[in-house]
Amino acid sequence: MFIKIYNAYIIDPFTNKEGIADIFIDDGIISKVKFKRKITPIALSLQPSASILEIDASGLYVFPGLIDMHTHLREPGYEYKETIRTGTLAAVRGGFTSVCCMANTNPVNDNPEVTYYILAKAKEEGSCDVYPIGAITKGLKGEELSEMAMLREAGCVAFSDDGMPVMNSLIMRRALEYSKAVGAPIISHCEDLSLSEDGVMNEGKLSFYLGLKGIPKASEEVMVSRDVILSKHFKTSVHIAHVSTKGSVEIIKKAKEEGVSVTAETCPHYFTLTEEAVSGYNTNAKVNPPLRSEEDREAIKNALSDGIIDVIATDHAPHHIDEKKVPFQEALNGISGLETAFAISLKLVHDKILNLRKLIEKLTLNPSKILNLKKDGIKEGAQVDLILVDINKNWTVKKDKFVSLGKNTPFDGWKLKGKVLFTVKGKKIFDMRDQ
Amino acid sequence: MKDLIGIKELSRQNIEEILNTAKAFKEVLSRDIKKVPTLRGKTAINLFFEPSTRTRTSFELAEKRLSLDVLNFSISTSSVVKGETLYDTLKTIEAYNVDYIVIRHSSSGAAKFVAEHTPASVINAGDGTNEHPTQALLDAFSILEVKGRLDGLKIAIVGDIIHSRVARSNLYLLSKFDTDIRFVGPPTLLPEDAPDNVKIFYDLKEGIKDADVVMLLRIQLERQKGAFISSLKEYFHVWGLKKEAFSYLKNDVIIMHPGPMNRGVEISTEVADSSRSIILRQVTNGIATRMAVIYLLTPKEA
Repeated sequence: MFIKIYNAYIIDPFTNKEGIADIFIDDGIISKVKFKRKITPIALSLQPSASILEIDASGLYVFPGLIDMHTHLREPGYEYKETIRTGTLAAVRGGFTSVCCMANTNPVNDNPEVTYYILAKAKEEGSCDVYPIGAITKGLKGEELSEMAMLREAGCVAFSDDGMPVMNSLIMRRALEYSKAVGAPIISHCEDLSLSEDGVMNEGKLSFYLGLKGIPKASEEVMVSRDVILSKHFKTSVHIAHVSTKGSVEIIKKAKEEGVSVTAETCPHYFTLTEEAVSGYNTNAKVNPPLRSEEDREAIKNALSDGIIDVIATDHAPHHIDEKKVPFQEALNGISGLETAFAISLKLVHDKILNLRKLIEKLTLNPSKILNLKKDGIKEGAQVDLILVDINKNWTVKKDKFVSLGKNTPFDGWKLKGKVLFTVKGKKIFDMRDQ
Repeated sequence: MKDLIGIKELSRQNIEEILNTAKAFKEVLSRDIKKVPTLRGKTAINLFFEPSTRTRTSFELAEKRLSLDVLNFSISTSSVVKGETLYDTLKTIEAYNVDYIVIRHSSSGAAKFVAEHTPASVINAGDGTNEHPTQALLDAFSILEVKGRLDGLKIAIVGDIIHSRVARSNLYLLSKFDTDIRFVGPPTLLPEDAPDNVKIFYDLKEGIKDADVVMLLRIQLERQKGAFISSLKEYFHVWGLKKEAFSYLKNDVIIMHPGPMNRGVEISTEVADSSRSIILRQVTNGIATRMAVIYLLTPKEA
């Protein structure tokens, strides 16, 4: 297949190039990227050919394929929630061509066999690159370190116990230190489980009003503090997952100013929604960490703008409908996010919180740096890995149209602006123009 | 109105209508024949996922006085033993063609969940730590009987506020009237971020000395384990309502308790059995109030 994209506006943080260009792709490889000063008229062939796809991309953008460094693909073990096939299909529909899948599968990804299984499945059935994240501790139990070096060799790009945070500070210290030799970072889900107790939403006036047990912001902030202090004292890197509070932002800001090697991510729901979304006991807005208050939402947006938060990740957490069709307290945590994350993030650009270049960096270059992923960007000779985007196209989220098995989204029915029209990943082309 | 999920959803007018209706039913209950044929041929089910003898008995009696056919469905569940989902239980019950579902469940929002999925009228008999609306209504009814009004009263709610659906329903009800509401108790059992119209007191005397109504809440014995309180003995010493309090309480104060009470923990025997206590009146009024609620609800035509 030969693809010719004319007049696209490329923003590529990997090659650090930006401007109008024609891109020619020959059988999965970029054969030519021709930057030019202005849009030139193109006469597309009237007779579309099966072997040549020509696209007039005037007014459209081309970005490197997005990277989601926090995804739950659920396979092996929870294939009724999501599979590698459906999860990666959801990814490319949402513009992501690389996903990093968390270790809380069954069995847990705490040994190379599971990593090999995931990678083999991804190669066979996946639509995009899959980078497994290994468990920090065996069985996510927080007691013994997993075989991190061997997991790294098998293909894990980072380590995290995600939803089962390492509560023991000594184990966390050892994991952080050990990771220096392994060459892959620790991703910390910061939550003091004893402070969270059996909380189900943000603690505050609204949780009291709804009679739901609250999770205090302190539950996150205490552990963000611990991890940056450990990182500082033992000279390690640490990546803070899904930052949800203003206090966490302040701790990370101070740590960065002091030169601590800390990076951080947040998710679209934390800069888009507040705890109000939970009113009416909406289980699709139940997520961990919980949706917070307006001042937190503002702080997260500012932190994205100021560069304190480096990465936007989805924390794509698909669940079966039966796991959400229960009273709020009993519902599982999580939002199916791959198919909406980018469009929701584009709102930051439309609202002038971030410029487009900065947004794309947080979705491509920054996660690739943290995880040491080798990405070429859009350049001649490279395997093609790009998305074509109309940042102004209006569309409505319809959860029933998700290709993800997880229909658990609080954004159903939302009108969003900005849509991925094509995802091209190697020889695979995904055409979303009609969707 | 189809359901009674919470006081939150009611207007002052709704509340007054229920209380007026309850008054009429209380009169019926004082007659020799205490039953009215109003709902003959209709069926009510008491669906209790948490054990409760008092509330269930009160509802059952209210239903029988209205000539309803009554089914009792008690399911003991714990978060450890997961069986049928609430949704499936509900669909099973719906297949019996019941008209009224009285539900008690350990999850906040469970009554709303049930109401959204059934045409039957749903009455919340307590959902998690959210609401227990009929308790607040019978409390208001009892206060009205004694005080003649709700407006202008100072009401102190003492004890384990954060875990109490009774406290919440009373708060929402009293907030719809011109009342002065206080929460009194140890900081660990009070909301960290209290509603704007509530005053917080850690000191019992300060909180109740000028109150017209003192509502005591049951202290769960297991609170000691969660480090909410150090011991029941210390709780009684600091926050228990003892007869010494009569030296500073208003002469016409009324003492209330939703039951079952722990003598020697939140209340002393002398106070519980004193002339200022209206605890047994609350129990009696529960039946008339619950009759009024059931009577005023209209199930959706199936």
